[in-house]
Amino acid sequence: MWNFPLFPDQASISARQVDALYFFELCMAAFFTILIFILIVSFAVRYRRGTQVDRSHPPVVSRWMEVIWIGVPLFLGLTMFTWGAILYVRDYEPPPGALEVYVVGKQWMWYVQHAEGRAEINELHVPLGQAIKLTMTSQDVIHSFYIPAFRVKQDVVPGRYTSLWFAPMKVGRYHLFCAEYCGTNHSGMVGWVSVMEPVEFQQWLSQAGTGPSVAEQGERLFVQYHCAGCHQGSQIVHAPRLEGVYGRPVPIQQGNEVHFTLADERYLRDSVLEPKREVVAGYQPLMPSFKDQISEQDLLKIIAYIKSIGAKEATR
Amino acid sequence: MTMEPVTADRRSAGKPIAAEDEPILEVQFDDLEQQHEASMLGMWLFLATEVLFFGGLITSYAVYRSTSPREVALASHHMKVGLGCLNTVILLGSSLTMALAVRASQLRAHRDLLWWLGGTMVLGTLFLGVKAIEYTAEYQENLVPGWNFQIPEENRATIEQEQLNPGRFQMFFVLYFFMTGLHAIHLIIGIALVGVMAYLSWRRWFSGGGATQIEVTGLYWHFIDIVWVFLYPLLYLIDVHS
Amino acid sequence: MSAVAVEFQEREDYLQEYTLKSWLLTTDHKRIGLLYMATITLFFFIGGATATVMRLELMTPQGDVLYSPDAYNRLFTMHGVVMIFFFLVPSIPAVLGNFLIPIMIGARDLAFPILNLLSWYILMIGGAIALWILIFGGIDTGWTFYTPFSTMFSNTMVVPAAAAVFITGFSSILTGLNFIVTIHTMRAPGMTWFRLPLFVWAIYATSLIQVLATPVVAIAIALVAVERVLRVGVFDPALGGDPILFQHLFWFYSHPVVYIMVLPGMGVVAEIVPCFSRRPIFGYRFIAFSSIAIAVLGFLVWGHHMFVSGQSMYAGMIFSMLSYLIAIPSAIKVFNWTATLYKGSVRLDTPMLYALGFIGLFTLGGLTGLMLASLAIDVHVHDTYFVVAHFHYIMVGGAVMAYLGGIHFWWPKMSGRMYNELLGKLSALIVFIGFNLTFFPQFVLGYLGMPRRYYEYPPEFQVLNVMSTAGASILAVGYVLPLVYLLLSLRNPPDAGPNPWRATGLEWQTTSPPPVHNFDEPPVVMEDPYAYSPEAAEALDDNGTGDGGSTLRR
Repeated sequence: MWNFPLFPDQASISARQVDALYFFELCMAAFFTILIFILIVSFAVRYRRGTQVDRSHPPVVSRWMEVIWIGVPLFLGLTMFTWGAILYVRDYEPPPGALEVYVVGKQWMWYVQHAEGRAEINELHVPLGQAIKLTMTSQDVIHSFYIPAFRVKQDVVPGRYTSLWFAPMKVGRYHLFCAEYCGTNHSGMVGWVSVMEPVEFQQWLSQAGTGPSVAEQGERLFVQYHCAGCHQGSQIVHAPRLEGVYGRPVPIQQGNEVHFTLADERYLRDSVLEPKREVVAGYQPLMPSFKDQISEQDLLKIIAYIKSIGAKEATR
Repeated sequence: MTMEPVTADRRSAGKPIAAEDEPILEVQFDDLEQQHEASMLGMWLFLATEVLFFGGLITSYAVYRSTSPREVALASHHMKVGLGCLNTVILLGSSLTMALAVRASQLRAHRDLLWWLGGTMVLGTLFLGVKAIEYTAEYQENLVPGWNFQIPEENRATIEQEQLNPGRFQMFFVLYFFMTGLHAIHLIIGIALVGVMAYLSWRRWFSGGGATQIEVTGLYWHFIDIVWVFLYPLLYLIDVHS
Repeated sequence: MSAVAVEFQEREDYLQEYTLKSWLLTTDHKRIGLLYMATITLFFFIGGATATVMRLELMTPQGDVLYSPDAYNRLFTMHGVVMIFFFLVPSIPAVLGNFLIPIMIGARDLAFPILNLLSWYILMIGGAIALWILIFGGIDTGWTFYTPFSTMFSNTMVVPAAAAVFITGFSSILTGLNFIVTIHTMRAPGMTWFRLPLFVWAIYATSLIQVLATPVVAIAIALVAVERVLRVGVFDPALGGDPILFQHLFWFYSHPVVYIMVLPGMGVVAEIVPCFSRRPIFGYRFIAFSSIAIAVLGFLVWGHHMFVSGQSMYAGMIFSMLSYLIAIPSAIKVFNWTATLYKGSVRLDTPMLYALGFIGLFTLGGLTGLMLASLAIDVHVHDTYFVVAHFHYIMVGGAVMAYLGGIHFWWPKMSGRMYNELLGKLSALIVFIGFNLTFFPQFVLGYLGMPRRYYEYPPEFQVLNVMSTAGASILAVGYVLPLVYLLLSLRNPPDAGPNPWRATGLEWQTTSPPPVHNFDEPPVVMEDPYAYSPEAAEALDDNGTGDGGSTLRR
């Protein structure tokens, strides 16, 4: 009965770093709470009504004391802020080469899609020792993807992508929770993150029906929705080629000026749903919108495909 | 606009005023000056809350305008700038009549007070009339969200071509109706308040001529005017030349 | 005497007349304070009932007490809405503030007595709507009403709830307005700003926040209602709206509201500690200015509720830093109150127990707030029980204890009767123990990862949840006891005397209960506040009983 945990697993590097900061702040909190407690108790005892102690000239003001108990907390506070901010900023962007995983949250389940093809529901399998980047969106209300063991959490918002990354350092099975109230089965929108040895992960990935990878599925959708008709060399329509576009700046026509925008997941998604908002310089705004025609899952697969043709040379 | 307070000298120079016609001192106050100061501060604080109230809407408008400038600009072209301008003149005029009413109350000029208050009510009602005309036109043009909203014919091509967000286009009208509607509600309350003040002044209900009460009403009226002075450029004028 | 004298007749004290009309149409700030006390006590126990059922459900990892998850979701939503809007926000300002502010500054009433009564009626209307909603199924959006769930997905009475919050906001605004005008314009001769009791400073700062922040949440909730009724995309991304805009508008009020809830408690503590230490407060000006600083800084930190919402990294950093800064004025207060015990003559009467409890629990709660202010830590503990524990330490361990301390301190003044001191001390102790047992385990639960608003949870979290529920049952006893013995004290004759605590402050210079217009003669203030002397206290206590020579009945 008494075998209950007091701290979650430290299953990632950042978990250890966050815990270190937390322990520091815990010590600060404990120190000052105990200090105040001791002061109150000792004053209340020593100066209780009826004791024979010196009560002459009780001080009512002391500039230097005020300066100390403003200055010291200020210094400590700013130290804690800086430490926390550094950790946060440093871990904001994932390192290059992170393994891509796509997540769609909807009431009340997590749909997880690996780039290599396997999809899972309410489960996330990841390899040990590698950075994993999740690109996430919601199909309905705001959810939040939370893995306590990695100390990571990110709200999953409808209408946009948010991302989170982590690098698991310990094999095991860890809780996954939805951490933003989302309706009836919010408490049930939970799952498991399984960290496996890299070899086992590869095995797992290629199991359960050797289906096409996400990028390959995306390529099929790219054809199915007739994207290829314009974007892969058309005689009739002059449309930008998409090989190598991901991750690079794209020139956008705005009135008489040309601005550059980064072709990230947001740009690719907006280009499919609202293509005439950011038209590439030198092209006509001819592309139709696919809003309400492509589901979030399919859209992620198409984007995965476009990302995959970034590295290769297209020879068509 | 600062008016000179009514002092004993001015009173003796003007019309005779009954010696007992001093404002009644409410029991919680120590003297008339305190009572007057409290009334003024109270109304200024209330106006501060109204600033935050409208400010929330104006902030939302500013956010949507900065993230979707094209949609908001297109939508704002449907505003009837001429009618809005007329309304601005009307409302500014009503602030003038209100200010003159405040002055009349301080000078104990009873008839002038009633005329100026009446004029304020008339101009305020005129504003509402013009607004009603605008709302009717917008209703007929199918621009009322939640009721009969449709993207207007002349904008459909542009929205199609530039792939604009129709939700954001409609959003302009949501905020337009909410902001001007809220303003109109405040104006209706203002007209009623001025009406009540006029009636009570006519019946000589107020002790001491009611100068403080009229002045407080005047503050509220001027605030309604200032809100409009912000709404008109933000909603009507801002993209008029784009 | 002017014609005004004919309209009212002096009674012996303000409680004398007892017709229903004299209560429901009163403009006496003291009676209005009592009307509020009855109202918020009712809502406190309603909110407590919802909490009781929630804690019962949370004793086991499965959902087995309630008939559906929806029931739990409605319970926690109603708990938050009722406790925040209908108990905590009014509590100290509308009960103790209404009763005491005019007396403390030497005035006969507030600046706008009829507006004061109107404020109470507005609260009653909002409260009636809330009760109606509660009876007919409640809402399930969380008190935070996040969109698009609240606008497009919830199947409960969101629009009436929005109306209730909107209406009740005006009660808060008008009360704050009344206090600011009164404090500015109606102080007695000699009552300069720096002779005001610190309770007045605290209420003044609170009123500033009430007046400026509440209108913004009114607009936010009105836009939620607009979106829900008209099905237009204000905050719903599917229709072109921005859900994060709602969060900004909401938290712009809802962060300052926590200072509305805690600042008055700090004011109460500043009155109690000097009285029961028999010495002047340490650092009067620092405490006074820190109240204003908290009010101002409180408007600048709302984004710390949104670190993982998708807001920019830079916004997060600015809000985090400002959140650390706002700890400083609170730290100043805690140190100053503690220093007030030094070289005092301390006696641990019931109000003092509550005040000292406040200092300890507020310190702990506030320091855990610093953990939440840290970006890196907050990513982990946001939306977990860590946050729940933090705010309950401040709101319950802080604000509610200060409210109870204030009720006990000023009970003899308000009613003319004294309560049973032994029961008072016992209740304070039960509350302190029950409170810590309820909420301390929740810090651990939160860091372990248990999310908020969950009624089912992994089995390894059960032991801590059982501890929390056990604590809640003790806490409940601690809250019911004062209701009983305070009401029972009204059966005694009103013989507490004008100043049973031998406290300074104008409220103690008049009878208990006070006359209708507070003072027989308008007071003139000539000395600084908290003019206590610990050596004099010792000297007075020469009958050997250790009771300080007070006139208390036991």
